[in-house]
Amino acid sequence: MSNLLRQIYYVAWGDMMFMRHNFLNILIMSIMSPILYLIAFGFGLRTGTTDIGVSYVSFVIPGIVALSSLNSSFSSTSTRMNVQRLYYRSFDEMMMCPLSLHAIVWGKCMLGLVRGLIACFILYALGLGLGAGGIGGMELELTPMFVVCTVLSCIVFSFLGMAAALLAKSHQSMATFNSLIILPMTFLCGTFFSVSALHPVFQTILYCLPLTYSSELIRSAALPDFLEFDWLCLLGLILWGVAFYTIDYWLLKTRKV
Amino acid sequence: MGDIIVIEDLVKMFDGKTAVDHLDLRIREGELFGFLGPNGAGKTTTVRCVATLTNFDSGTITVDGYNLRRNPVEAKSRMGVIQQQVSLDKDLTIRENMISHAMYHMMGKAERDARIRELSDLFGLEEYLDKPVDSLSGGWKKRAAIVCAMLHSPRVLFLDEPTSGLDINARRLLWDVVRKLHADGTTIVLTTHYIEEAEALCDRVGIIDHGRIIALDTPQRLCEGVGSVAVEYLEGGKTQYRYFGTREDANAFASTIDTGVDVTIRKTNLEDVFVELTGKSVGGGK
Ligand SMILES: Nc1ncnc2c1ncn2[C@@H]1O[C@H](COP(=O)(O)OP(=O)(O)OP(=O)(O)O)[C@@H](O)[C@H]1O
Ligand SMILES: [Mg+2]
Repeated sequence: MSNLLRQIYYVAWGDMMFMRHNFLNILIMSIMSPILYLIAFGFGLRTGTTDIGVSYVSFVIPGIVALSSLNSSFSSTSTRMNVQRLYYRSFDEMMMCPLSLHAIVWGKCMLGLVRGLIACFILYALGLGLGAGGIGGMELELTPMFVVCTVLSCIVFSFLGMAAALLAKSHQSMATFNSLIILPMTFLCGTFFSVSALHPVFQTILYCLPLTYSSELIRSAALPDFLEFDWLCLLGLILWGVAFYTIDYWLLKTRKV
Repeated sequence: MGDIIVIEDLVKMFDGKTAVDHLDLRIREGELFGFLGPNGAGKTTTVRCVATLTNFDSGTITVDGYNLRRNPVEAKSRMGVIQQQVSLDKDLTIRENMISHAMYHMMGKAERDARIRELSDLFGLEEYLDKPVDSLSGGWKKRAAIVCAMLHSPRVLFLDEPTSGLDINARRLLWDVVRKLHADGTTIVLTTHYIEEAEALCDRVGIIDHGRIIALDTPQRLCEGVGSVAVEYLEGGKTQYRYFGTREDANAFASTIDTGVDVTIRKTNLEDVFVELTGKSVGGGK
């Protein structure tokens, strides 16, 4: 076990150095879009009270947290791996080394996890600050379950990013994946509106996407006075994580090129 | 000594095209093995299969007794590979690349720092250590890549065209290092298009063409195989080569050529063998 942890640290070390070199860039990149979403949807739309009894700002902030975990974790893991694999070829160098594949999957998703967490917590701190100042989002709370669910969500989307990077044959196919899978998820998966308000057919479709579980889950953890904690969504998200992990492991094991 | 690398019936296809075609090859422990062949013959692909960089379609590979499919981690820990393309992480500095590499091989901090210092001294890299990869010229990047591959003192070192892009000083230095590693018992598999180098260095040479080994022996015996004496002369604007077992036969043949034509009689070298066997001049073209 301790050997596995050490290997994970070793695999992640280079990515952490990369982050250190580009810290400011990364910081700006990871909070820019969530803040824009917050301004546009949270304050721009201002649709009063939602059907669960909280203001729309309080409703939408947990959704944007889930969204940032997807955006940040997915894109940092996939972009970095894609570049290392297709352009630098340093990914090959790592694959030649006596590392366990489990360590590679975990180690390579650390960058996404850390960046995702930075984005999510900055945004949430902003939300709580606005609430404390009486501007909006007064109902939000920082609960232990919120932290757990956000971490889980970042890990799941990091695993997804890794799968996408391992499947991509070129930078272009990465972009296609982004606009076909990631972009629709961003807007549809219960981030800006409640999935339960939709027609059952759409609901079924949306429950086939991992971000739906993540946003419902994080919302239920952030608004404990208004929503019951959604254990089913937690289970769902964990299953997504297991599935992506298995895919990553399998892709590494059966690498063709 | 036994065989440290055993490749049996290796097949590797790319989209229905065979790159390595039922290749059998045994590399003895401690030998310096030269792997020659025209462009696209399958050298890099073979090395990549052994280095676990790509899956192969069929066949078995064992490294130091460990089957590559069943015990990849043990097999990997015994190998170091200098790839044909430089493959450093360009977002990191040279030193960080080296540290990463040492970490992947589970080296402790003290050992790692000592090795990095020793090897970067040897290759004159100290002043570049904390520079980003892209601020170095191609040859210096290659040197850094070479250091990375040697950090963990592998039992088997693969060098896929290590000298391409290196200046003469670096090339000589590399050969000195290779000789020293060889003397210390490291098994070395060397791919190169500089055939004189292979001839001077290698214990045994394998020539590969279209994914198959077409000749495998010591450089000397390979030369004897085509004829130890070469006659080189110009005919119809093209240089012609003929090979003979003895100097007498060569002289006899040379005397039949027009007196107006320049004729050279010399010892056969590995390049002649290569051209005879593969039918292409080194560096491509018919
Ligand atoms: N990733 C790939 N996809 C498709 N075909 C490939 C790939 N890599 C190699 N090949 C093909 O496999 C064959 C062998 O290539 P390889 O790179 O092993 O040659 P090589 O002997 O190393 O040549 P060179 O001397 O030019 O380095 C070539 O025909 C090449 O086109
Ligand atoms: Mg090659």
